[in-house]
Amino acid sequence: MSAPKIRIAGVSKSFQSDGRAAAALGGVDLDVAERELLCLLGPSGCGKSTLLNIVAGFLTPSTGTVFVDGRAVTGPGADRGVVFQEYVLFPWLTVAGNVEFGPKLAGAAAAERQQAVARYLDLVGLGAHATKFPAQLSGGMKQRVAIARALANHPSIILMDEPFGALDAQTREVLQDELSRIQRVEHKTIVFVTHSIREAVYLADRVVVMTSAPGRIKQIFDVKLPEVRDRFAPEFTEIEAAITRSVKEEVRKVHE
Amino acid sequence: MEWGLRGPALAKRRALRLKLAAVLGFLVVWSLASFVVVVTKLFNPIFFPGPWMIAGALWTMAVKGQLWGHIGATLSRVAIGFTAGAVLAISLGLVAGYVRAVRNVLEPVVEMLRPIPPLALLPLFIVWVGIGEGSKVGFITYATFFPMFLTTVHAVGRLDPLLVRAAQSLGARPAQLFFRVILPAALPEILVGVRLGVALAFFVIVISEFIGAEQGLGFLINDGRSFFLVPQMLGAAVLLGLLGYGGNVLVRVVERRYLGWQR
Repeated sequence: MSAPKIRIAGVSKSFQSDGRAAAALGGVDLDVAERELLCLLGPSGCGKSTLLNIVAGFLTPSTGTVFVDGRAVTGPGADRGVVFQEYVLFPWLTVAGNVEFGPKLAGAAAAERQQAVARYLDLVGLGAHATKFPAQLSGGMKQRVAIARALANHPSIILMDEPFGALDAQTREVLQDELSRIQRVEHKTIVFVTHSIREAVYLADRVVVMTSAPGRIKQIFDVKLPEVRDRFAPEFTEIEAAITRSVKEEVRKVHE
Repeated sequence: MEWGLRGPALAKRRALRLKLAAVLGFLVVWSLASFVVVVTKLFNPIFFPGPWMIAGALWTMAVKGQLWGHIGATLSRVAIGFTAGAVLAISLGLVAGYVRAVRNVLEPVVEMLRPIPPLALLPLFIVWVGIGEGSKVGFITYATFFPMFLTTVHAVGRLDPLLVRAAQSLGARPAQLFFRVILPAALPEILVGVRLGVALAFFVIVISEFIGAEQGLGFLINDGRSFFLVPQMLGAAVLLGLLGYGGNVLVRVVERRYLGWQR
């Protein structure tokens, strides 16, 4: 078997609060294969975003190490693209300016950047909006730009932190369809944090259910469904139900 | 994009006409009042000249050629003093906002000096630097530094940390982060400080030209006071108003050029 794209080895994290150390992550071991879309699922506060931020290099783990392509993560870098729940576009740049931000930093030539902008804006269906500013876009459009921006920088992996969490239900499903379609074209290695079980089943190759804080891996589900998925297929609801039971146990623990 | 709290929004044309009418109305009322003083001999009309006398005084000075030297003197002092202040304040403000250690050193000093009205230090500037150009230019630099420095530090301080994360995960190195994220993100607020700085520059130049200047619009006002040349005093004041307005327009042009993305 080839080496994993991402290896999370013994990663834990505790934060200082009120002078006491509160454990957010309780020791996670996880491998993510190349071209895999892996969903992290769990009750709120289970540390799934913390884990993603550690992979991104925004946080340093208290113990353990994350390896991407065999190299230990020490800080944020262009090899790990990030899509945030809050979009975080650069408001002073146009849509095109946002998409070419990464290539520009790397010193790509203008023609090459233009090509990248055209390709990825088309991919997310925003080809006609290149000259607009983020303030002129809806939430769904902003998140498409953020996805195009991440893709155009050709990262080795993409980390998505509840990217559709701020969108209304309809837009959310549309964007899930889009991401699923994009993934069929791009075949990226994606770690996707969500608290929506349906979203996870719709998108993921594997769903990792985490325990309530301190977050550990509780159970891993292989989603053996066709690439193009039907949210109403019996196999779909079957997996959804199994994962729901697993997550519910953890949610109950939080409230007890 | 302005709207009042009450009343319907006016079409741009109509709003402009209304504004022009207001200015004209002001001039008419002023003229009438001055005319009444002349006719009724209420007091010596020399103390309350009508707008036409101010225009006349300015015209005479312009024709004689003295006016341009005065305008030029004031403008160049403001331009040099303000530019030095802006460069110092914005660059130090950016660094202080970015590097905590620098901020911890600079901020207490600035906070200590800031409550002292700059004008209280003008005589000290003259004692130190002398009565010439140096003290006037330096004084503008000193006075305009504070608002621009403080708004810049504040602007960098309230930068959304997610913007930094987004840029870092797109590969931004520290220098790129500084010039491509922190600076543009802080620019709107920095320009608010710049606008305050421009207004303050015209505010303090007048007073420093009261003291020991041979040229400048402030000098014209003080000179007019000594000789009861009220039209000259008011004329210089009007010119200062126009120059200050022009400065503000310049800042607005810069804003429109660089802040078009704010909607």
